[in-house]
Amino acid sequence: MLMFILRRLMQTIPVVIGVTFVVFIIMQLVPGDPAVLLAGEGASKDTIEAIREQLGLNRPLYVQYFDYLMNVFRGDFGVSLKNSQPVLEEILVRLPITMELAFFSIIITIVLGMAAGIISAVKPYSLTDTTVMIVALLGISLPSFWFGLMMMYFFSVKLQILPVAGWESILHVILPALTLGAGGAAIVARMTRSSMLEVIRQDYIRTARAKGLRERVIVYKHALRNALIPVITVVGLQFGALLGGTVLVESIFAINGLGRMIVDSIRMRDLPMVQGGVLVASLVFVIVNLCVDVLYRFFNKRIELN
Amino acid sequence: MNAENRPILEVKGLKTHFHTKRGVSRAVDGIDFTLRKGETLGIVGESGCGKSMTSLSILRLIPSPPGKIAGGQILFKGKDLVSLSEDEMRKIRGNEISMIFQEPMTSLNPVIPVGEQIAEALRLHQKMSKKEARDKAVEMLKLVGIPSPEKRAKQEPFQLSGGMRQRVMIAMALACTPEVLIADEPTTALDVTIQAQILELIKDLQTKLGMGVIMITHDLGVVAETCDTVAVMYAGNIVEHAPTNKIFSDPRHPYTQGLIASLPKIHEDQDELKTIEGSVPSPYNMPLGCRFASRCPFKQPICHERQPELAAQPDGVKVRCWMYTSQWTEFQQQEAVK
Repeated sequence: MLMFILRRLMQTIPVVIGVTFVVFIIMQLVPGDPAVLLAGEGASKDTIEAIREQLGLNRPLYVQYFDYLMNVFRGDFGVSLKNSQPVLEEILVRLPITMELAFFSIIITIVLGMAAGIISAVKPYSLTDTTVMIVALLGISLPSFWFGLMMMYFFSVKLQILPVAGWESILHVILPALTLGAGGAAIVARMTRSSMLEVIRQDYIRTARAKGLRERVIVYKHALRNALIPVITVVGLQFGALLGGTVLVESIFAINGLGRMIVDSIRMRDLPMVQGGVLVASLVFVIVNLCVDVLYRFFNKRIELN
Repeated sequence: MNAENRPILEVKGLKTHFHTKRGVSRAVDGIDFTLRKGETLGIVGESGCGKSMTSLSILRLIPSPPGKIAGGQILFKGKDLVSLSEDEMRKIRGNEISMIFQEPMTSLNPVIPVGEQIAEALRLHQKMSKKEARDKAVEMLKLVGIPSPEKRAKQEPFQLSGGMRQRVMIAMALACTPEVLIADEPTTALDVTIQAQILELIKDLQTKLGMGVIMITHDLGVVAETCDTVAVMYAGNIVEHAPTNKIFSDPRHPYTQGLIASLPKIHEDQDELKTIEGSVPSPYNMPLGCRFASRCPFKQPICHERQPELAAQPDGVKVRCWMYTSQWTEFQQQEAVK
């Protein structure tokens, strides 16, 4: 198991380098010149040129990239073009907020999703099952920005039981986490249901019944562990979607997280800030994927790393 | 053979039907048999004749809906299993009546160590502690001849070969020393050399534990090797029930005769294997008369009109065929006159 984790860790190195490369290239392709933006309107050509010189923007691309890569390995993500603050410092302030949001959202996705899926699968084609699956379909179909705004309107404006926006207390977490986690929960619910229904038909479930086990033990011990294997993959994928979703949700609920930082920086053409933000978000995703793989292996020991 | 022993399992007029959109499928349609302590009863028949459904019915493991025990009694030590509550039935499953399934590759839970899968039944039925159950599971693995049982107990099924998995299934079924073991094609999925070992093992353990065994198979070789008596099933009915040697030396029912005739003989040079003409009637649309009539070389009009009873011959062989009734000569004469 330890060897598996180590080898899997080694595999992430090329992925991380690949990510830095892609992020760097994309920012180069984006129209707009950071030097022009920074110099402000009506600046002279000389001023712009001087800024370019100062930031090293006039060097060849590959030099800029390797320079950037080396700095990243030293933990230097550069300084913001906007306010000359170190990028890493800003990220370290923002990241915990986004992680907190993501954590609560994924908990909602997993707990709500699996519970709904199991309830549905235990009595397939019943009224409960149909109701749960219709709600899940709605959950998948509704765009999160609309769902977020509706919840904000209902719970914060009409009922006034939850704060509208911001990030201060646990109460502030509820609406954004629900908004972000709902879509995933719906997908996990459908996946859990179909996976459970598939597993419950297997020969080994019949064996478990022939042993005289209680239905509860059969569902939770014999069926669920097998049914979870595909669900774990889906949860892992959902986490990626969820990180992307933070960009929207943080903007709607005015949360100063990493997602919002990336959006603001793109607007400002603050290249180092965007690079740093995306890189850290990607790293988080890579780590989550690693955890999913390890969990996957824990639940299904047949998985071997080739 | 301990045929004089008291019966532990009596099946009387058992009917298992499936209610589907196509109609009612009569998978098992009124079967009777008795199993005694220490006896091995073979149930043979081709795929779809209802032999597996019979065994699943005894443990009440028929998928329901659509399946349902539509009639009859299953008396186990005098108790009717059909009328027991689900809770009472659970206490019997895996404890007093156990079952070995056909597919060792898929019948074990792929993510639970095999030792734990055996221990589970012991903790449940014998109220053993975790440790006791684990030790007993290792002991069972040893009993069924698995080398280094301590190590194997901790492994998952995918680390075991097919033969070993079937041994694990047997260990699991026998862990609580049941009085009846139902073996549903226990060797079909295995290599021939492993087949012999597994049959030997079941026989051995039967002698040790004195249980009654129902051996379900379509392999007449398995029957010859292991069974005391044989019930031949055709289209949801038992058509003949006789001691094993009688089935092979003196088959009565035309279907049994056809089965025995279709066995290739080792001392004769045969170019073509004998078959039984025609095909089995659909379980959704069973004929009124004898179910074998359309394929029977001896059929008379009566065979299509009324179903014969499973009746005992003077020598104890039971057969469901008009040929062995007192009226048969009458029917033949009537037909000759026409």
